[in-house]
Amino acid sequence: MKDWRYWLAEQRGTLLAFAIFIVMFVIYTSNHPAGFNANVVQTAANKGVLLAFVAMAQTLVVITAGIDLSVGMIFLLTNCLASWLVVGTPAQTALGVIAVLAAGVLCGAINGAIVIYGRLQPIVATIATGAVYYGIALLLRPFPGGSVNEDLADALTGRVLGVVPASLVVLLVIVLVVWVPFSRSVLGRAAYASGSSETAAYMSGVPIRRGKFAAYTLAGLLSAIGGLFLTFFTYTGEAAYASGNSYTLFSIAAVVLGGVSLFGGKGSAIGAIFGALAFRTIGDLLFVFDFDPLWQPLFQGGILLLAVSLGAFALFRVRNRLEWFL
Amino acid sequence: MSETTSGGISGRMPAFLRRADPAVAAAFACIVVLLLLGSLYSRSFLSPEYLLQQLKVASFLGVIATGMMLVILLGQIDLSVPWAVAVGAMMACAAAAFGPAGVALAIPFGVLCGVAIGIVNGFGVAYLRIPSMIITLATNAVAQGLMVVYTGGFSPQDSATAAMRYLATGFFIPGLPNAVIIWALIGAAMVFVLTRTGFGRAVYGIGNRERAAYLSGVDTRRVVMIAFAVSGGLSAFGGVLLAGYASKAAQSMGDAYLLPSIAAVVLGGTSILGGRGSYLGTVAGVILITLLQSILSVMQMPEAGRQIIYGVVIVAMLLLYGRAPASR
Repeated sequence: MKDWRYWLAEQRGTLLAFAIFIVMFVIYTSNHPAGFNANVVQTAANKGVLLAFVAMAQTLVVITAGIDLSVGMIFLLTNCLASWLVVGTPAQTALGVIAVLAAGVLCGAINGAIVIYGRLQPIVATIATGAVYYGIALLLRPFPGGSVNEDLADALTGRVLGVVPASLVVLLVIVLVVWVPFSRSVLGRAAYASGSSETAAYMSGVPIRRGKFAAYTLAGLLSAIGGLFLTFFTYTGEAAYASGNSYTLFSIAAVVLGGVSLFGGKGSAIGAIFGALAFRTIGDLLFVFDFDPLWQPLFQGGILLLAVSLGAFALFRVRNRLEWFL
Repeated sequence: MSETTSGGISGRMPAFLRRADPAVAAAFACIVVLLLLGSLYSRSFLSPEYLLQQLKVASFLGVIATGMMLVILLGQIDLSVPWAVAVGAMMACAAAAFGPAGVALAIPFGVLCGVAIGIVNGFGVAYLRIPSMIITLATNAVAQGLMVVYTGGFSPQDSATAAMRYLATGFFIPGLPNAVIIWALIGAAMVFVLTRTGFGRAVYGIGNRERAAYLSGVDTRRVVMIAFAVSGGLSAFGGVLLAGYASKAAQSMGDAYLLPSIAAVVLGGTSILGGRGSYLGTVAGVILITLLQSILSVMQMPEAGRQIIYGVVIVAMLLLYGRAPASR
């Protein structure tokens, strides 16, 4: 009888993120000059999906109580790589897509190897590898340019059956292919367990190292899918430092909004996806209300500050002051 | 602890070498190696003018890294450095546009704006218990947003005051740039605070175990808040100096200081988990990073190559001596 309560408690963060997203999206579309139609949804979906992929990547690492400050740079690197490789005949394009995804996996695996086997702190290690990935991106595309297979790009950023945005379908497929199997596998459970309490997980014989390594590697893969999609939207590759940085930053914001605990062991990528969509919608609210776009960075920063401060409410539930200090 | 356990070769070494932190010694050894490599490339690398010039460039990073070190000693991190630097520079230049009083108050005003950012960070970390990495990223975004609104997205037109330029480029003592003197003063103050005051002891205590420090009667939350405020203030002061050096402020002028300041502190042997590290190591780290940047730019390495080498060197050095102990 109490099963649904456990489920509700477990999914509270995800449901909250979903609710925030729905409310924001209703406000957004009801004030949009074009109203609620397939075009508006498609544009919003295309913008949101980019951040959703990067936020999923960040979730995987945050679940292990780590952080990946290089997701934005992997995103840029794969974007630049895709603008070289994802061109030509269908066979060449397919090979290019595989190569780009493999590059993302490699980047993630390097992060994982340095953090887990090199025993460096994730913050410092991923800032440093982020610099390397950005350098490679800049090497690939010193100036914005390149091209992409436009048939594939249009197919994946268009609409399925004239109604559903194709990017959302891809997002759903990725969730079903990557996130669901991972979170239900032994490795996924190991990632959660090591984030919750590494010592206890180790004592219980959970394969923590492999679990964490899988989390970092898949994070690279998901960032690469994001980078691939960026190429599909823009048709070019560009190594823009500020853009990579803001994706890293926004991915953390999305993860927090999505109810994933930054201390690890709690939350789901589904929540982070809704967090990402909600964050994007909130950012775009300014446009439908005709604010000066100059205010957007401040507005997004304010929302981020508010979102992270909300976590402080948990302090009221603390009975023993010593629990302030983890 | 290491004095009692180390025997053999180290027992026969001079006392100052025996007591030296291996990480600090390694950092200084790397500096020597870099200088030797540089001198193979060009003879002017060992000339006093070049070395003094490097020290001057290093002092901007040194001031910023001092604040970063204080925060890292607590086991926290300050990712709001980029825009704290830019806010300090822009606000100081902006104040200069408000008549003689503005010119006189430009430097304190810029630093105070940085302190304000630091106080928000410190309040979030100490009282709201938000992870420092997150709250400082958020305040960084807010500071950026404020500056974008203020400047309209362009680099501001106000220029630095004469006092700022004098601090950054003048010579109070002939032959010794003012920036170096300022870094030395701030460094000396930091060493005094860390080693001779209760506040410094509390910083190390909190870095080791905040619970224990709290139970020992330290008002840990106030200490954390002050440390973040100092870090914000020093970042902004670094920005003021940079604005004086370039005689104006610019958008994203602080971006180039986040990774170097963290890297300098960590390469200097300060544990990123907090509670362990000496200011001497940070000095070594700052000089090391500055020399590395300088050599790469003298070799006319393009930006892409510089970023790659930079990241690889930091990871490699950390793998050499910055690893966490094996947990089992």
